[in-house]
Amino acid sequence: MTASTPAKWGLRGLAFGYLGLLLLAPVGMIFYKTFEHGLGPPVEAMTSPEALHAIQLTLLMVAVAVPLNTIFGVGCALLLVRRRWWGNSIVDGIINLPFAVSPIVVGLSLYLLYGNTGWFGPTMAEWGIQVLFSWPGMVLASIFVSLPFVVRETVPVLREIGTEQEQAASTLGANGWQTFWRITLPAIRWGVAYGVVLTTARVLGEFGAVTIVSGSISGETETMPLFVAKAFEQFQEEAAYAGAIVLALLALTTLLLMSVGGRKAKASTTKEGF
Amino acid sequence: MDAHPASTPPVSAAPRAGIRLPGVGVGLGRGLVVLYLSLMVMLPLAAVVDASLSKGLDAFWSAVTGDQALAALKLTVVCSLIVVAINALFGTIIAWVLVRDEFPGKGAVNALIDLPFALPTIVAGLTLLTLYGAKSPIGLDVAGTRVAIVVALCFITLPFVVRSVQPLLMEMDREMEEASTSLGAGGFTTFRRIIFPNLLPGIVAGVMLAFARALGEYGSLILITGNLPFDTEVSSVFIRSQIESGNTAGAAAVSVVLLALSVLMLIAVGIVAHRGARR
Repeated sequence: MTASTPAKWGLRGLAFGYLGLLLLAPVGMIFYKTFEHGLGPPVEAMTSPEALHAIQLTLLMVAVAVPLNTIFGVGCALLLVRRRWWGNSIVDGIINLPFAVSPIVVGLSLYLLYGNTGWFGPTMAEWGIQVLFSWPGMVLASIFVSLPFVVRETVPVLREIGTEQEQAASTLGANGWQTFWRITLPAIRWGVAYGVVLTTARVLGEFGAVTIVSGSISGETETMPLFVAKAFEQFQEEAAYAGAIVLALLALTTLLLMSVGGRKAKASTTKEGF
Repeated sequence: MDAHPASTPPVSAAPRAGIRLPGVGVGLGRGLVVLYLSLMVMLPLAAVVDASLSKGLDAFWSAVTGDQALAALKLTVVCSLIVVAINALFGTIIAWVLVRDEFPGKGAVNALIDLPFALPTIVAGLTLLTLYGAKSPIGLDVAGTRVAIVVALCFITLPFVVRSVQPLLMEMDREMEEASTSLGAGGFTTFRRIIFPNLLPGIVAGVMLAFARALGEYGSLILITGNLPFDTEVSSVFIRSQIESGNTAGAAAVSVVLLALSVLMLIAVGIVAHRGARR
């Protein structure tokens, strides 16, 4: 149906108006607010010891949670797609769970496991391992909330590429690892990369779950999102905006990678492309 | 572009064997996968369910039906319902414009749709507060009201319906529409009888994913809603306040209710996606 001209412009107006008011205007506004008085104040706010520590800690979350979830994700996707097993549908269902769980509930669950009166808390305290109000707890929270992405993005690509090439490699005498490194991984790399980008974005921005398990101690257990929230609540608007801009720029980079990676993932598996 | 891929059809048709997997052994690999999932996801959730029942079923029930808990739960569900209705309408319109319309910068607009998935929720909240808060430059202050909850939830759930309707629109056979028009049907009739029924599965799946997401949202709400009990306190904020005042059993009980609602949504999405895949 080629919509008549007034209808076309009406729909365009509604779509652009909605996106403009909800997405573009607020995000533009925050950029304006941050750089209202030039580059100086935001740069100064971001180079304070607290801010630098928050950036470091956020990167640590990414450095631990993303590789773990990526290895798990690829391995799990291989087993789900390439091997028939009665437990596959159960595993598949459980992998979706983190999408359905409120971040606050994730935080509560870790608190109940590793807190003073939790299931493992007392024993771990005896061993001298501090999980809650420390980075291990925050890593666990990050892993939980970002767990599904790599699996979800890899499974369809794996199914799409089929098994002919892998079978050929096996017939020619390649062992499992050789087949994986030389055939499978190159074929699924864009799907995996897309999943990694989504995982990273989620870990960078996680707030609710981390806020519960971290205690949000300045200069100790404060990631960037926590830093932004605290700065705002303490009326340090400049620091809050500057932190938000850093995260927003990371999000825009993610978006760019997503649109490139998503297109490549689709193009490498389907004929029609996106 | 499916950034919320719970809508992929379930895994069932795996080939029997024949391909060698990396040499850790299928049994060991499977064991590791199950162990990782148990440690990272199942055990924590089991602790929540356990804590919710730690004082018995009666305590669970009274925690969930307490005045403040019930008010928060009602507010959460009602706001989420309003939000998915808005999403169903505008998500479909945006998807339509992105697929059927041609305009310069279409690729950029298409990429922008995913911004709410990429932007940290706390930044989303701060962003909305800057434009629609007390210091609003356009004189529109909704901070501390229920409208703010709806606005924030609309922001974070925007991509779901768009992304689940888009592929259906692209696949749709235009011949049916042309036939309908050539038989004398007007634009609206064609939409109602031909286009809408074809898009419905996508709209339903998107709405359910958005609903599940909206139920548990926290980060984008805390700065802008004021978190006032009985007024603008949603369930996730209520749970947080219960944790802070030491009532973990009560917090866990409300968590279980939220969890159950969201899981039901996901299962329903799975069924819809499965049906769609078979059709």
